[in-house]
Amino acid sequence: MLLASDIQVAQNIGFGIIALVMVIGALRVVTSSNVVHAALWLIAVMAGAAAQYLLLSAEFVAVTQVLVYIGAVMVLFLFGVMLTRAKLGKDVDLDNAGAWKIGAPVALLLLGVMGYVLVKGFDDTKIAVSGEGSTVGQNSLLSDKIFSTYALPFWALSFVLLAAVIGAIVLARKD
Amino acid sequence: MLFASETEHEAVAQASGWFLDHAWLIPLIPAIAFFLIIMFGKKLPRGGSEIGIASMLASLVISAGTAYQWIDLVGKTEHAEAVTHSTTWFEIGSLKVGIGSRIDGLAMMMLILVAFISTLVQIYSTEYVRGDRRYTHFFGSLTLFSAGMLTMVLAPNMVQLILGWEIMGLCSFLLIGHWWEERANSEAALKAFWTVRVGDMGLLVGTGILLALFGTLDIGEINAKAAEFTGDHKLLALGAVALFIACIGKSGQFPLHTWLPDAMAGPTPVSSLLHSSTMVVAGVFLVARLYPVFHTGLDINLAGHHFNLIAVIGGITVLIAAGLAFVQNDIKKVLAYSTVSQLGYMMMGLGVGAWMPAVFHIFTHAFFKCCLFLCAGSVAHTGSHHSFDMKKDMGGLRKKMPITFLTWMISTAALCGVPFFSGFFSKDEIIDSAKGNDYKVFFVVGLIGAFMTTAYMTRATYLTFFGKARGGAAHFVNEHEDHSHEPAHDEGHDSDDHHAPVVHGKPLVFAPDDSPWQITVPLIILGALALVAGYLNAAAKPFETDYFHRWLHSSIGVEIPEAPHFEWMNAVPSIALVAAGFIVSLLICKAVFGEGNSPLKGLTQRNAILGGVHKFLVNKYYLDALYEKVIVRGIAHPISAAAYWTNQHILDGIVNAVGKGGKRTGEMVYKYIDQGLVDGVVNGSGTTATHAGGALQPVQSGKVNLYGALLFGAAAVGALVLVLVNS
Amino acid sequence: MLVNNFLLLGALLFCIGVYGVIVRKNAVLVLMSIELILNSVNINLLAFDRLWADSGNNDGNVFALYIIAVAAAEVGVGLAMVLLIFRNRKTISLDDLSEMKG
Repeated sequence: MLLASDIQVAQNIGFGIIALVMVIGALRVVTSSNVVHAALWLIAVMAGAAAQYLLLSAEFVAVTQVLVYIGAVMVLFLFGVMLTRAKLGKDVDLDNAGAWKIGAPVALLLLGVMGYVLVKGFDDTKIAVSGEGSTVGQNSLLSDKIFSTYALPFWALSFVLLAAVIGAIVLARKD
Repeated sequence: MLFASETEHEAVAQASGWFLDHAWLIPLIPAIAFFLIIMFGKKLPRGGSEIGIASMLASLVISAGTAYQWIDLVGKTEHAEAVTHSTTWFEIGSLKVGIGSRIDGLAMMMLILVAFISTLVQIYSTEYVRGDRRYTHFFGSLTLFSAGMLTMVLAPNMVQLILGWEIMGLCSFLLIGHWWEERANSEAALKAFWTVRVGDMGLLVGTGILLALFGTLDIGEINAKAAEFTGDHKLLALGAVALFIACIGKSGQFPLHTWLPDAMAGPTPVSSLLHSSTMVVAGVFLVARLYPVFHTGLDINLAGHHFNLIAVIGGITVLIAAGLAFVQNDIKKVLAYSTVSQLGYMMMGLGVGAWMPAVFHIFTHAFFKCCLFLCAGSVAHTGSHHSFDMKKDMGGLRKKMPITFLTWMISTAALCGVPFFSGFFSKDEIIDSAKGNDYKVFFVVGLIGAFMTTAYMTRATYLTFFGKARGGAAHFVNEHEDHSHEPAHDEGHDSDDHHAPVVHGKPLVFAPDDSPWQITVPLIILGALALVAGYLNAAAKPFETDYFHRWLHSSIGVEIPEAPHFEWMNAVPSIALVAAGFIVSLLICKAVFGEGNSPLKGLTQRNAILGGVHKFLVNKYYLDALYEKVIVRGIAHPISAAAYWTNQHILDGIVNAVGKGGKRTGEMVYKYIDQGLVDGVVNGSGTTATHAGGALQPVQSGKVNLYGALLFGAAAVGALVLVLVNS
Repeated sequence: MLVNNFLLLGALLFCIGVYGVIVRKNAVLVLMSIELILNSVNINLLAFDRLWADSGNNDGNVFALYIIAVAAAEVGVGLAMVLLIFRNRKTISLDDLSEMKG
């Protein structure tokens, strides 16, 4: 018997809408002839990704995605656009002439290979619905992992960030 | 603490005290002080030095309390075990890495030593680097160094030990290059850093091997398991060798000793603290700390083994460094080579199974060598206008600088092993144990080393304090000749204006021409200790004390033979050699450097053999040349040459050969088969092949996009191939 | 929900990002395309994490967070380099940066 809760209609519809927005946004990012528009479309993709994380019950990552990507990284991008004095409005000189002749086949080839492998490998594997008392998405577990098992990569990462901060200052300052 | 998840208490059975439980404060205080100095030091009236000195005093007080309670514990308990406190720092999988403290006799001794000498050197530095443009940074680095060394000494596990070890390496780099505006100084700093780094690889590899063998990083467990080791002996030996390479680097043993004399480019207090008395003994400390690993791994004290790696390296170092000390004109370089040589003694002592004398030598050596360096600094600061050249700018200073001279003489006597001075009790016992433990060769090496030590120290003393004043020293002596009895001189020697813009502090009243009190007081304290420190473990009659032995015995961790009982008769050869070294050297010095005309003068220029030896020594056995010219070039050049050759011959050759082969085939075909039909094809293939390399050239377009396309395309094709093969 | 929904979405975004990296000439846009690629990887990680989340295993979340942090660092340094290039050459067109030409 096919139960509604097995198909998860609402989730599937939600996924479909968000995925559609993301794909359209991503396509516009790589085809738009206006740098600022491309950046704005990228925000849509990021926000869509955050929504997908919520569907996957990864709330903390979703919030981080909004804070870091939409909040910080995108502002950085817009600053980059501004400081490099990109043309406002249309700019015909954003793409390599004729590069789509290489890019499209490569991208399609990749998509074909990956799609084939995924369909073959995970044919109709379902994500199980978590029952009562499930610990899925519990943030205390996440913090336990970060600060015990993965504490060393955490430190390495903080070092990377420090190096990036110093590197960015050294590279970008004027003298 | 962020990652504190649990606290383990060991050895609860035995009583412990507040200081033993809170020993982790000892490195923490200087560590916090470091940050305070860096952040607020420049705004303080004394530029941050007060924070540094206060933190070192606090550490010293807690160290003293810890030492007191440890001694108390040893007195009360038959087999006092190390007091360990450890908190989980982080976990990797199932491996928990802790941070905390492990107090036993060895740690206790090192804590006292480091905190005490750091305090004195910081007080000394307030005068020595007065007015320096990086005064605050100097004290910051000194304090951080102390924090690092104390962290390492306290370490209950290998990770904390490595942490402290690396902090010390960093501070060594910072302090050697303190005056980095001079190119030589920054190069010396880099050399020290990289040379030690070669050794540090050994530390990581060795720790990894220990982890693989014993499944733990805890030093106590490693020692216990290594003492009763029954497994793969080859692997343990490999681990011990790897760890020993780290010690070679840090403690300036042959063949990585070359960085230590260059490290004298740093300010003198730095040489005194880091590069003679504390940091460089870290390697010796590591061997002493993990003695069971080395003892089992390298077969020390095993019947029928007369050599082992540690003893051999230590013995070689004793002799070659002492040889180099003869030809140095820079007073600090003499002391640097002397340090290398004494570190060789300690290593040799550990290598011949004389754990206790070797560790005792760390203790005594720290006081007298630190004192010698500070004396050299005092001479340069006050007597020779900031020159360290004994031949050009020193001589005849003994009357003008009585405190410096007296403490220098005491320390020199201790270094040479003159009876009743501290060095005698430690060094002589190393030599005695080498004989007692059946390491005859190293017994002889030790005796020769004692002779050479006395000889080169006599030379340095003669050049610095006796004879006629030269250069800067002459200027200093003459300046104070006329009015040295006038009472108005209380203000210090302010007449120095055209040479030293720095305002000097006040000297002590009874030595008006000597250095200011910030310099002379530490000298007096260290000199006194150089005199008496030996009596903590003086085996000789009529003292027969063994405090040191009792306090530290439990740190060895493995059964080693008892040191042979001390007999004055056994000490006769070494005392005789010390006396002989003194007399011979004094006579030669008088002849060569004295005022009279002697046939010995300029002998190295006239006699080809002696000249050759002299040149060989001046060039440091050509080791630096070997490293730079032969090894570095020998490795770097062939690689680049090989790459070039490969490019020129193999890659081009393949392309050409394919082309030529094609052509040749074509010619054959042309000869035997139809010329008209195949000709075009053959020529075509030949030309194509010849230019195959050229054809690929456009791929290297320098265009990032194209590289990206190639990358992803190749990945896609690779994935496709895998999919096709596997389906 | 099928896990393939998310995986295929990730694959699609990845390929669009690759297309962008290859086709775009403006350095800032190339960096944006790289962000697309990184996001698609994150979607993949979280999907797998959710798929095998029964035993309280949430390593995927940790990795996703770390990737976000690394991406932030990458953008910072990348844009700093772009600024430097712009200041030195008055252009950020990748076509003009071909000193590596063999």
